[in-house]
Amino acid sequence: MSLAAKTVTQIRQLLKEQKVSVPEVVADQIKRIEEVEPKVCAYRSLDTENAVAQARKLQAQIDKEGYPSDQPFFGIPVALKDNMCSVGQLTSCSSKILENFKPPYDATVVSKLKAQNAVLIGKTNMDEFAMGSSTENSAFVKTCNPYDLNCVPGGSSGGSAAAVAADQAFASLGSDTGGSIRQPASFCGVVGMKPTYGRVSRYGLVAFASSLDQIGPFSKSVEDAALFLEAISGADPHDNTSVDMPVPSYSEEMKKPVKGMKIAVPKEYFAQGIDPEVKAIVENSIKELEAMGAVCEEVSLPHTKYCVSTYYLIATAEASSNLARFDGVHYGYRADGAKNIVDLFSKTRAEGFGDEVKRRIMLGTYVLSAGYFDAYYLKALRVRTLIKQDFENVFKDYQAIITPTSPSPAFQFGAKTADPLEMYLSDICTISVNLAGTNGLSMNAGFTKSGLPVGVQLIAKPFDESTLFQVAWNLEQALDLNCKPNL
Amino acid sequence: MSISVEQVKHIALLSRLELSNDEVNKFARELNEILSYAQQITELDTSDVPLTSHAISLKNVLREDEVRSSLSNEDAIGNAPDPEAPYFRVPRVID
Repeated sequence: MSLAAKTVTQIRQLLKEQKVSVPEVVADQIKRIEEVEPKVCAYRSLDTENAVAQARKLQAQIDKEGYPSDQPFFGIPVALKDNMCSVGQLTSCSSKILENFKPPYDATVVSKLKAQNAVLIGKTNMDEFAMGSSTENSAFVKTCNPYDLNCVPGGSSGGSAAAVAADQAFASLGSDTGGSIRQPASFCGVVGMKPTYGRVSRYGLVAFASSLDQIGPFSKSVEDAALFLEAISGADPHDNTSVDMPVPSYSEEMKKPVKGMKIAVPKEYFAQGIDPEVKAIVENSIKELEAMGAVCEEVSLPHTKYCVSTYYLIATAEASSNLARFDGVHYGYRADGAKNIVDLFSKTRAEGFGDEVKRRIMLGTYVLSAGYFDAYYLKALRVRTLIKQDFENVFKDYQAIITPTSPSPAFQFGAKTADPLEMYLSDICTISVNLAGTNGLSMNAGFTKSGLPVGVQLIAKPFDESTLFQVAWNLEQALDLNCKPNL
Repeated sequence: MSISVEQVKHIALLSRLELSNDEVNKFARELNEILSYAQQITELDTSDVPLTSHAISLKNVLREDEVRSSLSNEDAIGNAPDPEAPYFRVPRVID
C-alpha cells in the first residue's frame, strides 16, 4: 500500500518507528494529489512548497529528539475546508467575493493544528459560503465523487470529503451547519462527524449560521476521527459559544463494547422517500449492532417533518446577518463603476455572490423583516424547541440513535439544481441534529449495486461524543469494509 | 402567504443586492416555493413553547475589561480593495 493510502494512525506509527520520514510522507501525498486531482478536483488551493520545506524541518526535529508523543498530528498532511482562516493562505469560501482573500489571522482549529506541527497542505472546495448539498455551488471548480466521477461528492464540504476518500489527505476538516460534513462523508464513503455545538471553537470559521455551525473532521477510520476531535476541541476565549468542558480521550473510550447499550431507531427516518438500497444497508448495520449485544428499538421523533422548514428559516435569517459584512469595503471583491456607497454595496454583492447565496440572503432578510418576524422567525425558534425536546426525550432511555445519513446515495451532477427545494430536502436526515445542538457521525456502511457508498448516521447526547465513537468504532470493526475508489 | 415582485425588490434593497428584472422574477418564484413549503410550521401549536435561539444554555460569557492586542493596522488593511494607509478608501458617503 502506498503511504498516502494509509490512515493517520498507521502513518504516525511508521513515523514513530522511523520506518518512514516526514519528507517521504509529504512527497507521497503530493504525488497522489498530482495523480488524481485532475479527475477529482477536491482542492481550491494547494501549498505544497511550504509543505515540503516544513517536512524537512520536522524530520530534523524527529532525528534529534524522536517523534513527539504529545503531538498526534506531527508531520501529518491534512486539508482544511476553504472557509477556515489560516494566515497567508488563500481562503475564499469558494466565492468570487473572497477570491483573493488571505486572512491575517489563524482560526483556533488552525492554531491547534499548527501547535501540533500538522502539515496544512491546502484548502478544499466547497459550496459557496457553505450553502449547498452537492458542492455544485462553488464559484470556481467542480469536485467529483471519487467513486463515480459523474456524481456529486455531496456538500457543502464536498472537497474535504473527496480529498480523504481519494487519499489526497490523511484527514481533513469540514464545517457542518445542516449536514455539510455528514452528508458528503456518506456520499464519499468516509467517516465525517459534527461535534456537539460548542465543543469546537468557531473562531476563524467564516460564519454561515452562528447557532448551527460546527467544525468537524473527515477521516478514513473512526479512530482517526476521534484523534482529530481530541486535537481540535476545547473552550476558546475568542469564541464565547465554545463550552468549557474537559476533552475526554475519545480514542481510548471508544474501544468499550456495545453490549447492553440501548440504541433508538426513529421511524420517521425510515419512512417514504428513502432509497431501498440505503434502507437495506442501514438495517444491516442495525443487525450488526444487535449481534454485538446492543438493543435496538423503534422510537419516534415526532417533529422530524418540520426540520427542513425550521432550518431554512433560522439558518437563512442568521446567514443574512452574517453575510452583511461582505460589502467591498474592507476586504474582498469590490465592483467597479459604483455611483455612491449604496451602489457600491449592491453591485459588489450582486457580482460577488452566486445565486444560492443571494436566494438565502433574501429569504433570511424577508423572514427577519417587520411584519413577518413573528410568523416565520420566532415561530421557527419555537419549533426548534420542540425538535430539541424530541431528542431529549429519546435520550432519557437510549444512549444513541441510528439513522440513514441521507435518503439517497450520491446523485448525478445537475439532478437537483433545477429546484432549490429538492436540494434542501436531501438534508432531511442530518438537519435535526444541528437544530437540537447535539453531535452526529456518518460512517460508510456499505455500497449500492452501482458501487456508490452509503453512510449510516449515529447520534449521541450533547457532549457525549465518547458514546458516539464507541458505537461507531464497534460497528466499523463488525462491518470490516475496506474499500478504496477506483481512480 | 406569497411574495410579490414588489416585495422581492424591497428585500433586494434591504439586503443590498442589485437584481435585474429577470432575476427578480426568478427569485420571486423560488422564494415563493420555499415559503409555501415552510408554511407547514404554522400548523403546529406552539403557544406554550419557549424560543430556542441558542442550542446550549450559555449566558453572558464575559471577560475582564482589559486592553489586549488586536490586529496591526498593516494587517487590517492588507486585503483592502482600495487602501490608503492607514485608511480604507470608499466612495463619498455624505453629499
